[in-house]
Amino acid sequence: MLDHAQVLHVARLARLELSDDEVGRMAAELSHVLDHIEKIRELDLDGVPPTSHVIDVVNVLRADVPAPSLAREVILAAAPERLNDGFGVPSPGAA
Amino acid sequence: MSELIDLTAAQAADRIGAGEISPAELFETYRQRAAANELNAFTWVADAAPDGDGYAHNTPLGRVPIAVKDLFCTEGVPSQAGSRILEGYRPPYTATVVKQLAEAGAPLLGKTNQDEFAMGSSNENSGFGPVLNPWDRTRVPGGSSGGSAAAVAAGLAPWAIGTDTGGSIRQPAALCGIVGLKPTYGACSRYGMIAFASSLDQAGPLTRDVTDAALILRHMIGRDPRDCTSLEYPGEIELPKADDLNGIRLGVPEDLTGAEGGVEPGVRDSFDATLKLAEGLGASIEACRLPHAPHALSAYYLIAPAEASANLARFDAVRYGLRVGGDEDLATMYSRTRQVGFGSEVKRRIMLGTYALSSGYYEAYYGTAQKVRTKIAEDFHAAFEQFDFIVTPTSPWTAFELGAKTADPLAMYLNDFLTVPMSLAGTPAISIPSGLSDGLPVGFQLAGPAFSESRLLDAAYALERAIGFDGSEARA
Amino acid sequence: MNATAGKVEYEPVIGLEIHVQLSTRTKMFCGCALSWGDPPNTHTCPTCLGLPGALPVVNERAIHYGIMIGLALGCEIAERSLFHRKNYFYPDLPKGYQISQYDVPLCRGGRLGEVRIHRVHLEEDAAKLNHLGTSGRIHGSERSWVDFNRGGTPLVEIVTEPDIRSPAQAREWLILLRTTLRQLGVSDVDMSQGSLRCDANVSIRPAGRPEFGTKTELKNMNSFAFLESGVRAEIERQKRLLDGGEPVVQETMHFDPRTGNLTPLRSKEEAHDYRYFPEPDLVPLLATEEMLAAASADMPRELPAERASRFEHALGLHADTARLFAFRAELGDYFERALAAAGEDGRDGDHRLEPAELSNWIGPLVERIGSETDPATSKVTPESLAALATMVKAKEVSRDAAREVLTLLVQEGGDPRAIVEREGLGAISGEDDGLAELVDRAIAADPAAADQVRGGNRRAIGPLVGYVMRETKGRADGGEVTRLILARLEANA
Ligand SMILES: [Mg+2]
Ligand SMILES: [Zn+2]
Repeated sequence: MLDHAQVLHVARLARLELSDDEVGRMAAELSHVLDHIEKIRELDLDGVPPTSHVIDVVNVLRADVPAPSLAREVILAAAPERLNDGFGVPSPGAA
Repeated sequence: MSELIDLTAAQAADRIGAGEISPAELFETYRQRAAANELNAFTWVADAAPDGDGYAHNTPLGRVPIAVKDLFCTEGVPSQAGSRILEGYRPPYTATVVKQLAEAGAPLLGKTNQDEFAMGSSNENSGFGPVLNPWDRTRVPGGSSGGSAAAVAAGLAPWAIGTDTGGSIRQPAALCGIVGLKPTYGACSRYGMIAFASSLDQAGPLTRDVTDAALILRHMIGRDPRDCTSLEYPGEIELPKADDLNGIRLGVPEDLTGAEGGVEPGVRDSFDATLKLAEGLGASIEACRLPHAPHALSAYYLIAPAEASANLARFDAVRYGLRVGGDEDLATMYSRTRQVGFGSEVKRRIMLGTYALSSGYYEAYYGTAQKVRTKIAEDFHAAFEQFDFIVTPTSPWTAFELGAKTADPLAMYLNDFLTVPMSLAGTPAISIPSGLSDGLPVGFQLAGPAFSESRLLDAAYALERAIGFDGSEARA
Repeated sequence: MNATAGKVEYEPVIGLEIHVQLSTRTKMFCGCALSWGDPPNTHTCPTCLGLPGALPVVNERAIHYGIMIGLALGCEIAERSLFHRKNYFYPDLPKGYQISQYDVPLCRGGRLGEVRIHRVHLEEDAAKLNHLGTSGRIHGSERSWVDFNRGGTPLVEIVTEPDIRSPAQAREWLILLRTTLRQLGVSDVDMSQGSLRCDANVSIRPAGRPEFGTKTELKNMNSFAFLESGVRAEIERQKRLLDGGEPVVQETMHFDPRTGNLTPLRSKEEAHDYRYFPEPDLVPLLATEEMLAAASADMPRELPAERASRFEHALGLHADTARLFAFRAELGDYFERALAAAGEDGRDGDHRLEPAELSNWIGPLVERIGSETDPATSKVTPESLAALATMVKAKEVSRDAAREVLTLLVQEGGDPRAIVEREGLGAISGEDDGLAELVDRAIAADPAAADQVRGGNRRAIGPLVGYVMRETKGRADGGEVTRLILARLEANA
């Protein structure tokens, strides 16, 4: 079960500005889904290793050889705010 | 015209090769059909046939144009993953599989609509409106590759590619009456595919028939130095030719197809009829156990949202995409942009995934799900000791009406009950149309061990010929 | 043991976290070339810009360098290690997560000098966030802009155990680490350029108490001197708090080297929850026998800690001098070249220069050229320093006169023998009549001191020796002068 405070905390971690309405709906929906999902916690999984990859591959490495980079004009063309040949943002230190 | 669109892609390629039809005419025929876009299956359609490499002569794919799911990055072409947060975004590079297909001679016809960031089973989660099912326009085409499935079924594209994370190729293929194949995890490069869940996402074909699927898959596989999780494919993809199933052992996992799966009677009838046909072709059919597979859905809905919550963190209004609240402080810019730019299903999964990874809950949720994943993969390994393929209906039900399940996320998630286990195990699976139920297509799923695609296609091909499904109604 | 009544004596407990930019050719996970000073945003690609659909691929040389660092620090190299995603939002972090090693780092354990190493892991650097406004600083700026050239540079993070007990030790140890890394050739290790960055965890506890106090974290002190003064200021701050009956709060502090002030960094909106999980875009890293062998093969023959030990035990240098020469490799190199030159000088017996005697001349040289200068770049060649030291040993020039010669060598270079000759600084020996006469004059000038010496107070001889040394401008040998004065006074007794 997720309460409103937990939903707000998670939304803050995920940088989502949920409306009051959504917070309530999210709490109910996520709780419902989690109720179902939580059944896996009843399984006996002692000593079972976790699987993060199904493929059994290690050490896929790249030689330290430079490859061409993108042109600045190309990448800045997509920028919501262009500032001084870079990507503008509100300053993290602004009041 | 109508004659052209009744050709499969392989047939069209043959006719082009024989000089009987012109590739430009074929492209223009499909281009116009795609551009009319009555099903909202496309988010972008090419203005004209490309020239140069993408349209070279004597290519293996015969210059038959291809529709590509929106989430494949395509240089200079809108690639939005069905999301308003990427509206109008034109990437500076092209996904490896799209490049491979272009080089093999399949020019880009258009980009197809999809559930936003591939999160959905009905295509109702697209930021650009739902796709309609060509068999019944009041119904969903399935998802998340619903645009690709509807386009191929309706004859708006000769063939298409999509991505499958938990069933996103197989389920819409089933609901639209076409063939959809999810390859072995690692068979195709993920480079340039806008990620949903990195450990599960795989590109694959959506085609009119099994031969087309084999033809296109041949040119999608291979190790890509830009994707560490892509693998050297052992051998080649053979064009299918089997006309029987002699000696093939099919396993029916009652853990999935039993009561818990909630399979509709019409779907069950079609499934049983297909098993009969398979038996008639020489296959043996037995019940098999996949004891942990019923828990796959739960594990999937922890693992996929967790990975997605990180994969979607890059949509932060700094380098590309939507920005809202950029005149305020940084925190407002982030949270308002993401609030406005993401649809409600995406937000729900980001929340679920963030929660599953958050301090104090990791072991209980994400860690546990990864252990369940281990057990599921072990189940499949054990089953494939005894059986060549595991077969199930692809989806528990046929295409449902638009809006029928949007109010209940969990009910929507149950769409994936039969497709998610193979995704977690990383094994290949194909869905072929097995017939109609109340006038709507039903899908039959075959899953094989890793890298068994050629054998899987062969078996699907034999069944396809025995079933004799006619999809022309959807192209009318 | 209380220093003053009512005051507790505290022991500082310090641990360091160091980030080192590796000097590979390309970034950690993409083929963009590393660059310094190039125009902003000219070294980016879909991967290091975090474009949708892009994927990371690990740079082989970064792993190689990581293993070399682990070997140099005596760490255990993990047979199998993993990359995780560390999730947080910041404009300089393009993917919204940093790819870093978390619960299974490349290297664990180890030791450098007297400080134990906790772990060494690989990760990627953030991009550079620039702030508009007059100061270019974050506070008070309204807008900032991001340059992604630096983003994705390979980093090695080295975390020590809390084994350091003083600010000076922290500084000295970091210099040792820098020298070690520089010798490995894996990084520029330049604090002013940010290729070596250091945070310090600082706590204090009543001396003798085994439990740790509450620690604070000091961020990014960008020079060795600031590390020392920052840690010192933080220790003083914590002492004032505890002596005043207030608790130390666990927080991150920013040290302003201009004012010496410590201010808490504004705490983020919520406590960090990085939601680490294994990076699904990468596969596990296996340190194979081949990789370990290749790293071993690229290791220098002698690392600074070993060199310090050799200087102290094989050459007989004072322990502090041995460490100084080893940690500041340019001093050690210069010393060793001078030592080789002294050996070729061909002198033997009593005139043969001991390494410790030679080492005493490096300090005066450094005083004259400035402590930050590499002596190899000065006008004083190792050969001429060795020659000068040898002349002193052979009593051809007095110690004081030799110092004068050294000053001239620093200014103009050249051969010390020629300078001695030219300036007439050769030693005045006891047989010289002039010296005997000067001794007489010294005794006449200070009869009281002479009486005391005669009376058995040998320490009173100082002013008499001083007189002679002054008059000879230091050319006389102090020991010789003392002997002459004593002989004279005893003869008269
Ligand atoms: Mg770090
Ligand atoms: Zn790059």
